[in-house]
Parts: sequence; C-alpha cells; structure tokens
Amino acid sequence: MTQTPPVEADAPSTPSDLQDERLIRPTGFRENINAQIKRVRTGDLGSLPVIIGLLIIFVIFQILNSAFLGPQNLHDLLSGAVAIGVTSIGVVLVLLLGQIDLSIGSMAGVSSAIFGILLTQAHWPEWLIIIAALVAGALVGLLYGFLFVRFGVPSFVITLAGLLALLGLQLFILGAHGTINIQFTSFLVEFSLLNAIPTWLGLVLVVVAAVGYTVPALLSARKRTAAGLSAPRSPGIIIRGAVLLVALAAVVLYLGTGGDTAGIEDSFVMFVILIVIMNYVLTRTRWGRSVYAVGGNVEAARRAGIRVNRVYVAVFVLSSTFAALGGLLYAGHLGSAGLDSGSGDFNLDAIAAAVIGGTSLFGGRGSAWSALLGILVIWSIASGLGLLSLDSSVRYMITGAVLLLAVIVDSLSRRSRAAAGRA
Amino acid sequence: MTLVSDVSADKHETADAVLSMRGINKGFGAVQALTNIDLDIYPGEVVALVGDNGAGKSTLVKILAGVHPQDSGTITFHGKTVHIPSPTASRALGIATVFQDLALCDNLDVVSNLFLGREIGSFALDEVEMESRAWDLLRQLSAKIPSVRIAVASLSGGQRQTVAIARSLIGDPSVVILDEPTAALGVAQTAEVLNLIERLRERGLGVLLISHNLADVQAVADRAVVLRLGRNNGEFRIADVSYEDIIAAITGATDNVVTRREAAVRVANEEKKK
Repeated sequence: MTQTPPVEADAPSTPSDLQDERLIRPTGFRENINAQIKRVRTGDLGSLPVIIGLLIIFVIFQILNSAFLGPQNLHDLLSGAVAIGVTSIGVVLVLLLGQIDLSIGSMAGVSSAIFGILLTQAHWPEWLIIIAALVAGALVGLLYGFLFVRFGVPSFVITLAGLLALLGLQLFILGAHGTINIQFTSFLVEFSLLNAIPTWLGLVLVVVAAVGYTVPALLSARKRTAAGLSAPRSPGIIIRGAVLLVALAAVVLYLGTGGDTAGIEDSFVMFVILIVIMNYVLTRTRWGRSVYAVGGNVEAARRAGIRVNRVYVAVFVLSSTFAALGGLLYAGHLGSAGLDSGSGDFNLDAIAAAVIGGTSLFGGRGSAWSALLGILVIWSIASGLGLLSLDSSVRYMITGAVLLLAVIVDSLSRRSRAAAGRA
Repeated sequence: MTLVSDVSADKHETADAVLSMRGINKGFGAVQALTNIDLDIYPGEVVALVGDNGAGKSTLVKILAGVHPQDSGTITFHGKTVHIPSPTASRALGIATVFQDLALCDNLDVVSNLFLGREIGSFALDEVEMESRAWDLLRQLSAKIPSVRIAVASLSGGQRQTVAIARSLIGDPSVVILDEPTAALGVAQTAEVLNLIERLRERGLGVLLISHNLADVQAVADRAVVLRLGRNNGEFRIADVSYEDIIAAITGATDNVVTRREAAVRVANEEKKK
C-alpha cells in the first residue's frame, strides 16, 4: 500500500494534464519528431500509410507517363472520383458503427435511374428530381435501420437483400428505355462534368480553409492555456496554417494552368466541403461521439444513456442518402443513366475507398477524410493505368492488391496498438 | 443463525438513511429470489453486501439500478418513497451503479468515456471544459491516470476500474453501487480501488460494495449485510465481528466447511505440538 503522494494540482508551472511523472513528455524539436516516429511505430498510423501510398503511386505513374500529373489529367482524376467518393463518406459512417452497407451501388443506380426518367420522360424541374432521389435514398436507409433495430438482422444480410432488390428496382424504373442520355445543358452535368470553379474563387476558398484551420486552433490553444491545460504553441499553429495555405494555393494555381477544360470541378469542391462538414460532425459533436462509442462498445454506449437505435437508424439513412447523391453525381458525370450505373465497380470501389483510406472494418476507428484519401488512391491507379492503355483486368488486380494491403495494415496496426497500449 | 447483531437500531435512525429498502420481494417464475429484504445505506458509509452465489445480491443491485423493479416492498430515497422503473430513472435519482464489466469504450479516450452520454457543450463539444473537469475529478480521487487523452484500452485493470468509478461520480450521485470492483484485479490495483472506495466515503457518499472477497470487505466496509437464499441473514458492524462470524452467516451455520477445516487444522497443530 505504499504509494507516492498524489501530485499537487497547484504547481503553477506545469499544465495540469502533464503533471504525472510517468508521462513521457517530449521537449524540444528533435524529441517531438522522435515522439511522432514512436507513435507510428506503435501502430498509431492515422492517415500516414495512405498518404505515403498515394505519393508512391504518383511518382511511379509520373515516371511511366509524364502526362499523369498534368493539370488536365489531374482534373479528370479529381472530378471522376467525386461520385464514388461521396458515396464512400456514407460507407465510412457505416463502418464506424462496425456495420456494412453493400447496397450503396444499387442505391446509386436507382437514384441515377430516377434522375434520368424524371428528367427526360416526366420533365420535372431538376431541383425537385434531386430532392426526390435523395428522399428515396433516405427512405431506403430508414427501412434498413428499422429492419436492423427491430429484428436484429445483421446489416450484411439486410443490405445484401437491398442490393438485389434495388438492382431490380433500377431495371424496373428504366424499363424499356435502357440507357438514358442526359442533355449537357442539365445542371447536374454542368456541375459534375463541365464547370470548374474560377481560379480566383479557388484561391478564396484556400484562404478560407487556412483561416478556418488556424483561427479555431489558436482560440482553442488560448482556452486550454487559460484552463491550465497544455496547449500547442501559437507559432507552430501559424506555421502549419501557412503551409496549408501555400500548398493548397499551389495546387489551385497549378490546376488553373490547364485552360478551360482543367481547373477544379464544382462537384469536387462540394465533395471536400461535405467531408469537412462530416469530419466536424464526427469529431466535435455529441452525435459524432455517440457514433464512435457505439462502434467501440454498443453495450457501454447503451448504458451511458445513448439512444443506440437512433444512432443506427441515422447512420443507415445517411449512408443511403450519400449513395443516392453519389448516383446523381455519377449520372451527371457520365451524362447518362444506364442499366449498369452503380453496378460492379461503383459498389466495391466505394467500400474499398473507405477501407483503403484508413477506416477500420472493426468499427469505432476512422475519419471522414478516409473517403477522400481512399478514392484518390483507387482513381489514381485507374487513371494511371488508363494513360498506359492497360485494360481494366490489370486495374482490378492492382486495386484488389491495394485493398488487401490496406486491410493487412489495419489488422497489423490493430495488433501493434494493442501491444503498445494505444488500442 | 443466532449471530445476528442488531446494529441498525443502536446508532442510526432510519430517517437519516440516504437509501432504505423495506420488505423487498422479487420472484422469477417459480423462484423467489428475494424475500422480505431490508437494507439501509447511510451517507459517508460503506456497506458491504455479501452472500454466497445465488444469495440474491445481484438481484438486489439490479432493483436499485433499475434493471428490473421489485414485486413488492418500498424503496425510500432521501426520505421519499420512490419507484425505479429504468436505469435512467435510477441515475436521475442519484444512484450510480458500476457493473462488473465496467462498460467502457476502448476506442475512446478517458475524457470521452467519463463524459459519455453527458457531454458538455451545447452544439460543439466543449473539450477544454471536459478535460479540466476530468482532471479535477481524478485528482479528488487521487487517481493515478497518466493522461486523460489516451485510449482506455491502454490502461491497466485498476485504472479502468478507476475510470468507471470516476464516471459514476460525474452525475453527482448520493449512492454508489460497486459490483465486484476488485474481482479481476491484482494486489496493488485492489489496494488502489480500496483507497478509492475510502475516498468516496470521505466525500459523504453512501457506498454499497458487493464483494466475494471478505478481506476487502473487512478492509474498507463499515457494515456488512449478509444475504442467504434471498433473505436477510445478519448485519454486522465490521469492527465488532470476526471473519468466522461473517462466514457463518453467509453459509448459514456455525458448523460449516470453513469452521470444520479450521477446527481440523487446530487439532492437527495441537497434535504436532505434542
């Protein structure tokens, strides 16, 4: 029972969260770097493996074909990634709960079919069709959520059934029309295929992003210091904000050099904004916290008073709605809605993107950003192989290998976290 | 069964008990799990609830925690008769229950676990406020948690138990129920948790400690309430009684396995001396 006396709270020099003498506290620049390396070695990987992987992919394809990192190809790559990327945000949410939604591809197909038919046959105004498709997505998600919560059927089975049923619905809606071409005057086509934001607007958004990162970080640091907690130092935050500003501005300016057909697509900006919003919701709100809690330990979440069932239903609704939005963007990007919209690649790419981006299949671990990082990996591979005129057989095999690699990294880092006490 | 020393009458009055149960009955189908149970918990007191397997300890705890209500009998809380139909109602009254399996989210850090379901902040979470309150609370308990920003999975068993107990205090309860808090812990960690229980008592909370470990009970409890086959089978002031007395009440006889064994050992020792 001999114990060291408790650390006094009123030691003024040390922030109250750093007083435990067992805490390994990096001081100085080199120790901070070493602490980062140690974090990675013990399995707290974060987004690092994906970013490194993405850089390797960029370098390899750039060596093989110098057009790869050209503004035109990057524009095509980014705008092509949007539809599946948006769908992947929903997949991230479902995976965070430790569940799965296999029917996102079919849902996207249904939503693009709804769009094609209502636009060309029923001549509804476009905004109304978009709302209708999103509502259809939400209703499907509501049904999944109800089935899951009420009957406790595994989500794997519910959404597998949904995959088939929605595929049937898509064929039924399209009926004899087969593939419907959408006029290029359509808002959605302009939004997701034709229109890039002007460079000045891109730069404004970059400034907004840099300020949006720096100012809250500085305020939070000040608040922490006032509360007697440790806080990152202001120069560090400002340097990071400046690096962000310069890097993003460089990307925007570089893409702007490609002329009228390049630049950053409207829909890609929306994709990034959606991710920023979802990231905020997941990390800073009560609801987001409850998603992680349910994914980590359902029973604990339930006993803590979280309405677990509502969380499940809300996430299934969001997942299907994101899939419906993805389907709309897909139809807009292709300029058509066909029988094969949303089948095959779409489904698997959206799920693979979330996993490759670093969202754990085991639930409770991941971030909205993994949708962006994962889809960039998949589309970079697709785009690079396309430039090399290799056909999709090679693409499937390589993407499969990357997915496997990502899951192995996930499992290994899980094991290593457990060993190093970071699980 | 004649060892019942009536301690509730000599010092305390029922009026100042924070929680009283009177004539509690609970049946499951053909089994009468609890028959006519009385229990009082006073502020600033650690009451140990002891009994063999199947004595009804868990059932009693579950009634207080709102997992299932009693069939008959009254529960008085702060002098008012109350009903506890649900876990939420139990918590709202000010009864905090720490179950044996702790119910922590391994993927979340200590702060998130402490405030899970009761986060501070209107729309955005107020992490700074939660973190400094977490430190205040852990300091009051002299808890040994190196950092509140590490995942709970990386904590030791005793530290996890500490987090679970600290979490029960977030809602400012007046009674804390601890279900086998030391069952899975090593010697040092058990000592830490026992210190923690003493600190709860110092804060003026009523503590109901369910334990199979009589050493722990004798170390921290002020009073032991013995259940046997769903009935009250004695109530002891720990200072007044010996280990054997409690064993006798738990097993229901002075002549039991433990006493027979001790007698045999004693005889054997005496024979050795000869």
